[in-house]
Amino acid sequence: MADAHLALQEQFEEMPQQKEAATLGMWAFLATEVLFFGGLFLSYIIYRTNYPHAFAEASHHTVVMFGTLNTAILLTSSFTMALAVHAARENNTKWLFRFLLVTIVLALAFLAVKGLEYREDLREHLWPGPQFRPDLPPQAQIFWILYWIMTGVHAVHVTVGVGLLSRMAWMASRRKFSDAYYTPIEISGLYWHFVDIIWIFLYPLLYLIQRYS
Amino acid sequence: MTTASKKTYLFVWLALLAFLALTWGLANVNLGPFNNVVALCISIAKMTLVVLVFMHGRWEKALTWIFIAAGAIWFLIMVDLTLSDYLTRKDVTNARTTWKHPEQNPPTLMPGKGD
Repeated sequence: MADAHLALQEQFEEMPQQKEAATLGMWAFLATEVLFFGGLFLSYIIYRTNYPHAFAEASHHTVVMFGTLNTAILLTSSFTMALAVHAARENNTKWLFRFLLVTIVLALAFLAVKGLEYREDLREHLWPGPQFRPDLPPQAQIFWILYWIMTGVHAVHVTVGVGLLSRMAWMASRRKFSDAYYTPIEISGLYWHFVDIIWIFLYPLLYLIQRYS
Repeated sequence: MTTASKKTYLFVWLALLAFLALTWGLANVNLGPFNNVVALCISIAKMTLVVLVFMHGRWEKALTWIFIAAGAIWFLIMVDLTLSDYLTRKDVTNARTTWKHPEQNPPTLMPGKGD
């Protein structure tokens, strides 16, 4: 059973202070992550302003069904992550473990769908370079460069999340957490929700440009 | 720190899925220039729900909120300053190539008339 005394690191006075410091640190890290992805979003904004038609045409070749499904999967995984934190707070280790497991399974499902989608994209010659579809305007390659980098870097973040949550699940199964100490669960949750938020913006920007035409 | 109940989480999840359906549905309707605006507004609404409830932002102190806001504000500064360059480059180039000495091209109060 986790003991609050054992969980308190020596540089902190008390548990709430330790939790506050850890939470603040995670938000500071997430602010750097915003700027990390921010550079890519900025490139997207600049090139889409310059080549709106090429971007719209390029976007029509994304598989919107996969993108929408993946959005639903990630939103649901955020929900189960929030429930995991809630279970930890209520000292319910059994459900904490279960919800973490569900979140991990959903994250893997996201990656599997993404993999199927990448295979489809490659089959459609949407990898920028000499083999790129000749029926698309050359600037469409800029869209697809951004697509591969942004979704790729996001997928790396999802993979890191799988590792992080697996470790949390392992610690939960060894009863490392209780209502007195569950900060790692809470800040892993912050990371996971952040990954979800990035996708919330990638989805309309990559998949939904002028779908009506 | 008090936080949301399971019921609230469920409600937020359903709202997020409803927003997803809405953003997908509206993308298939021609709203002219407003398609982008609507899509981004929905994304921002979804983000706000996630930050406030799932990430417990609603119950965080002012100090944490400075950190939460910092990422967004610095991103917006970066976009704003960069676009103030990129969006005006054409004007600057045009101004430079079409510029004439005022004596050759005296300024008029009513452009298009009298020159």
